[in-house]
Amino acid sequence: MDSSLSGASERATAPQRRSFADLFRATEIDARLVGMLGALALIWIGVDILSGGAFLTPRNLWNLSVQTASVAVMAAGMVLVIVARHIDLSVGSILGLVGMIMGVTQAEFLPKYLGFDHPLIWVIALAVGLAVGAAIGLLHGAIVAYLGVPAFIVTLGGLLVWRGCAWWITSGRTVAPMDDAFRRMGGGIEGAIGATWTWVVALLAFAAIVWRTLHARSRRRKVGFALRPVWAEVAVAGLACLAVLAVVLVANSYDLPLRVAERIAAERGLVVPPQGLAIAHGLALPVLIAVGVGIVVTFLAQRTRFGRYVFALGGNPEATELSGVDTRRVTVLVFVLMGMLCAVAAAISTARLNAATNAQGMLDELYVIAAAVIGGTSLGGGLGTVAGAMLGALVMQSLQSGMVLMGLDTPLQNIVVGFVLVVAVWLDRLYRSRTLKGRAG
Amino acid sequence: MSDARPPLVEMRGMSISFGGVRAVDDVSLDLQGGEVVGLLGHNGAGKSTLIKMLSGAYRPDAGEIRIDGRPAAIHSPRDARRYGIETIYQTLALAENLDAAANLFLGRELRSGWGTLDDVAMEVETRKVMARLNPHFAKFKEPVRALSGGQRQAVAIARAIHFNARVLIMDEPTAALGPQETRQVADLIVQLKKEGIGIFLISHDIHDVFDLSDRVAVMKNGRLVGTARTRAVTKDEVLGMIILGTCPSAAIPGPGALAAGGA
Ligand SMILES: Nc1ncnc2c1ncn2[C@@H]1O[C@H](COP(=O)(O)OP(=O)(O)OP(=O)(O)O)[C@@H](O)[C@H]1O
Ligand SMILES: [Mg+2]
Repeated sequence: MDSSLSGASERATAPQRRSFADLFRATEIDARLVGMLGALALIWIGVDILSGGAFLTPRNLWNLSVQTASVAVMAAGMVLVIVARHIDLSVGSILGLVGMIMGVTQAEFLPKYLGFDHPLIWVIALAVGLAVGAAIGLLHGAIVAYLGVPAFIVTLGGLLVWRGCAWWITSGRTVAPMDDAFRRMGGGIEGAIGATWTWVVALLAFAAIVWRTLHARSRRRKVGFALRPVWAEVAVAGLACLAVLAVVLVANSYDLPLRVAERIAAERGLVVPPQGLAIAHGLALPVLIAVGVGIVVTFLAQRTRFGRYVFALGGNPEATELSGVDTRRVTVLVFVLMGMLCAVAAAISTARLNAATNAQGMLDELYVIAAAVIGGTSLGGGLGTVAGAMLGALVMQSLQSGMVLMGLDTPLQNIVVGFVLVVAVWLDRLYRSRTLKGRAG
Repeated sequence: MSDARPPLVEMRGMSISFGGVRAVDDVSLDLQGGEVVGLLGHNGAGKSTLIKMLSGAYRPDAGEIRIDGRPAAIHSPRDARRYGIETIYQTLALAENLDAAANLFLGRELRSGWGTLDDVAMEVETRKVMARLNPHFAKFKEPVRALSGGQRQAVAIARAIHFNARVLIMDEPTAALGPQETRQVADLIVQLKKEGIGIFLISHDIHDVFDLSDRVAVMKNGRLVGTARTRAVTKDEVLGMIILGTCPSAAIPGPGALAAGGA
């Protein structure tokens, strides 16, 4: 994880005939990530061909990104849980319960005091959800860390308990509709930020990429470490910027429905040109939330003591304890984070559905764990990346949406997803055993 | 001499049992600054268990630890580190998935002004310590899993000596090392001793122990057979202590000494 900025550069400076592999190594790009992107590209192209070009359209890709957001957010937390040698089987049920609580809060409880459409409703509802998610995580973590009950059992219990609690709140009744401002978190027309803001986000991303590259370089130069070749820095930063650009272009070429565009034009006093009106969606809020979560959790994992201890715990719990780390506290915090991310996912999914239902998030635990594992998280602990897990979520969602577009039956979809899960992990093992041998030799 | 200055470390009546088995039984042992005490005994004699009570890994059932003559409250590895007690565990206690620097600074990470981990600074420091222990070491970016047994041991030693220890516990520090690295560790021990650090050295190599330690302490079946000045006893006598539990006349017998000893 933290080796991404150096290491290979020392070997690559040796004067020798450079093969493609050497050049690739000099860029220090994570080969696993490239493999996953390649697999994703294959799936996208394959599904697009099989569905007669229905997949690779701005509209479908935009929807795909929105559909992925909720599972991707939870997968980011699940990585840390699994890295610390635990598991959380209850995320779907936590999502269900927290979604229901947020739904009741904004649709039935708060309007009694604030009236409908009060600007604070969404904030309070979200805060309540985050607090409940954190509290559930705290309870799970404390039982695992201080009472010594395995996480598998604790969260298996949680799976049943929280789903039951969710039913109890409304006796199984669906709560709808959600607050208008809250609904933006689910995407849709109101939940897209528009072309201009999308460009602003893109510019910020470009700036961040450039700053990161320069900062890491100057830091290494200061202490006299080997630097990556300039062409490699430029290539990596350039590729990252290109990826951002591609996402932005797709989001900005998915136009709002004509009637909505005309309404907006009327509101702003614009004249509708004769050839029609094209107003782009731009990026969806849930996608921005998911990306934000990914960045924050990656930061926690790689740049903070907490993250370092999570990985150490997964590598050797006894050694971590002997190093004076309060391993129980770290365990509790991992589950608290997981609970809060379930709340974020619950906000996205209730907002998207415009309702809180009793079945919300059912089976999500399986998709979240599968996403993390497809993304290269080792169930043995100590190994995994947030970016990988979120990409894993995108891979799973792509497969599923693709198969829906192709008109496959649900049972067949399940068969394919299950098959892909096993094959992905097998390929990962093959890759790992090869790279490890290569290193030792 | 010992009247003028209390010992750096004093363990009194240390006992611990694991499910009815008395792993360590009423052991008392002390250590002066700048002194090397070799701890000897068969497999399962209780050496590692004794020093793990000193390093905070185990909580003793009975006994008292004093540092500089004052009772020390050591309930966790963090407490022990606070007293300047550093340990090289027999199992090395490294997180295999992290690199050398992350292991060296585990629990004591260097941080930047923003409170984030300063990996670059930690690598710089790690390079410095490792240069002293294993000059050819270059795998600073690989996870410890990819290191050889000797290289791992070097990382574990580096971690113990980097933080200005006052008491160093070395549980078989050279078990995985080649002759050259073993000599380096021996040199290191001599040097640390000069700096006034007290060292508990556990080893199965009686020659090493004789070369390096000022005193030897022998354990058998969880009990202390006796302690002796290294110069006052022969290797055969010490072997007798280890194997038979007999205590030669030049040694101070402990509770574990055979009753039919010299006196
Ligand atoms: N955590 C534990 N749980 C149960 N029994 C233990 C534990 N640790 C040590 N023991 C027992 O205590 C006794 C002493 O073990 P210890 O590891 O201290 O021996 P040692 O002198 O270090 O041996 P070696 O030379 O093989 O390292 C052994 O009988 C061992 O089985
Ligand atoms: Mg031992």
